[in-house]
Amino acid sequence: MISRRDFLQTSMAASALLGASGFGQWGRIAAQQSLTQDQLLQFDTFGNVSLIHITDIHAQLKPIYFREPSVNLGVGPNKGEVPHVTGADFRRLYGIEDGSRSHYALSSGDFTALAEGYGRVGGLDRVSTVINQIRSDRPDALLLDGGDTWHGSYTCHHTQGQDMVDVMNALKPDAMTFHWEFTLGSDRVREIVEGLPFAALGQNIFDAEWDEPAELFPPYKFFERGGVKIAVIGQAFPYMPIANPGWMFPEYAFGIRDENMQKMVDQVRAEGAELVVCLSHNGFDVDKKMAGIVKGIDVILSGHTHDALPEPVLVGETIIVASGSNGKFVSRVDLDVRDGQMMGFRHKLIPIFSDVITPDAEVTAVIDAVRAPYEDTLADVIGKTESLLYRRGNFNGTWDDVICDALLSEREADIALSPGVRWGPSLLPGQDITREDLWNVTSMSYGEAYRTEMTGEYLHVVLEDVADNLFNPDPYYQQGGDMVRTGGLGYRIDISKPQGSRITEMTLLKTGERIDPSKTYQVAGWASVNEGTEGPPIWDVVEAHIRNQGTVSVAPNNSVEVVGI
Amino acid sequence: MQLTRRNAILMGTGAVLVAGLPLASSAAGEDAIAAFTGGADVGEGDIKLTAPEIAENGNTVPIEVSSDSAVEIMVLALGNPTPAVATFKYGPLAASRTASTRIRLAGTQDVMAIAKLEDGSFVKTSSTVKVTIGGCGG
Repeated sequence: MISRRDFLQTSMAASALLGASGFGQWGRIAAQQSLTQDQLLQFDTFGNVSLIHITDIHAQLKPIYFREPSVNLGVGPNKGEVPHVTGADFRRLYGIEDGSRSHYALSSGDFTALAEGYGRVGGLDRVSTVINQIRSDRPDALLLDGGDTWHGSYTCHHTQGQDMVDVMNALKPDAMTFHWEFTLGSDRVREIVEGLPFAALGQNIFDAEWDEPAELFPPYKFFERGGVKIAVIGQAFPYMPIANPGWMFPEYAFGIRDENMQKMVDQVRAEGAELVVCLSHNGFDVDKKMAGIVKGIDVILSGHTHDALPEPVLVGETIIVASGSNGKFVSRVDLDVRDGQMMGFRHKLIPIFSDVITPDAEVTAVIDAVRAPYEDTLADVIGKTESLLYRRGNFNGTWDDVICDALLSEREADIALSPGVRWGPSLLPGQDITREDLWNVTSMSYGEAYRTEMTGEYLHVVLEDVADNLFNPDPYYQQGGDMVRTGGLGYRIDISKPQGSRITEMTLLKTGERIDPSKTYQVAGWASVNEGTEGPPIWDVVEAHIRNQGTVSVAPNNSVEVVGI
Repeated sequence: MQLTRRNAILMGTGAVLVAGLPLASSAAGEDAIAAFTGGADVGEGDIKLTAPEIAENGNTVPIEVSSDSAVEIMVLALGNPTPAVATFKYGPLAASRTASTRIRLAGTQDVMAIAKLEDGSFVKTSSTVKVTIGGCGG
């Protein structure tokens, strides 16, 4: 990993690779009072190939608010490196003016005020306008979807992903890879994939029984664009059966399988690929490590960890592009490919400011059609919030505080556990909370809210295990989520320590007493990966809690002390 | 760690029993290495071990070993109560000196492959396989 300045120098100095990003443009745009669609999408078409990347949409068809994290710590070689730079540090690193649109889109800080000024982001009808604009510059641009598309909303849950399939088909992607899609269950995934009008790729999706590549998901696909033979290799989320319920898709095995990735790269090069693109759901740090091990990938389009970076990160001769989440961004990457080599690139991370970009009416119609049967239920107001509700952050988010409070009160538990997922839009203070909003942060196919007993010792094992999935210094041992959120339980974490000694001073907040390893506690949680988990759906639990409260207010959460940064 | 049935329902079937701290190598592993090498020095070189970084199921972890010049390859799960997994032998006419199998791991630990090469020297490589509770994907 190299710093921004090094990156610019390196890309100028390296004879084979000439770099430019859309970033300088943004400084000027930000200074202007108003932004037009033309300004936002301005791009001097470059080279002979264009890639369009969108990833981790999590079924967000409509414009939303989405606060980026203020805490996103890197460990080992990634300590202090992007994407583990947040807030004002992030803005200094990229020369972003405080209070600008870029500040609002890309970093945390003053979120509520900026959101009120700059409005919602995303909406797939706006995304479509951006894609159409790029296609008008370059008709044969490749549109690549990094996955986590068929998950994350009320309509997606109730249509088993069909709403997203219909809308994405209208956008006409060329290829896709996968993660949460598999939580629809392998039968439904097969049903959809068999009917997809584009490639469903995953070099690391294997048959679990035979440990051979799964037939349904080819490792790569060739495209001929701008006279260039392009190979797109898919890389699905490596830890699907560990981070999500493996019993829902027992036929498949995953893993990083970088040795097989190298084999695929060598194979496509031998078959004449002049440009090798990896459409990845590894997560950013894993992609960085993989780029250093696997030789011959020109571009990694990185997904899973929901990072939005205004410039690609360069590892060797590979550029890594991170395009955010929840429909908030689209990346455009123009490439100059000559003599079987990537000679240069131009890149722009385009924030989808929903008030600036005119929706594509055709796609709006498709979105309206898939939502129509559910509109009344979606709009049902279940309460109001006085606080900013958001999820992103390594240790807690206010939405998770509400969910943990709901578990504690509705399930009469001592301690609540809520999974450290990174999806789920934000709500501003003063906004109504609708059923759609609630489902946006809870929807999943295994949302049962369990209640069980755990010893203090076991709770410690759980926290240590999850912490190692996040803070193991080797990215290949990270799963890309955040720390499990706790309600009623405080602790101290030293992220520099090895597994088993990171978590200390576990405290039961209601009594202020230290957690006793041998004592048994009542624990409520949701999203267990185990088959047969019983309990009411989490959205019912949280809805009951919000209705009881009427207006939700979240006090500052100081229950986790973080050291070793 | 005391584990009730309800915990097991909550957190996992096989995985929960074995999740926890990385298992240290036992004396039994060192004994097995000494018996295989006869105490000779073990270097690095022509031996490759492919194993997942994180096991999807600790009860059946796919691994593969290969070498161009090995006459024997021994696989050890150093954290298991009984570290010896398998020893593969190859004759001079072996077309491919590769073996793949599935092994059971008692928890997070190092898996080691030691090869005796045609020239009588020994080489080794190892890989950490993590066994985790999991459950929090982005």
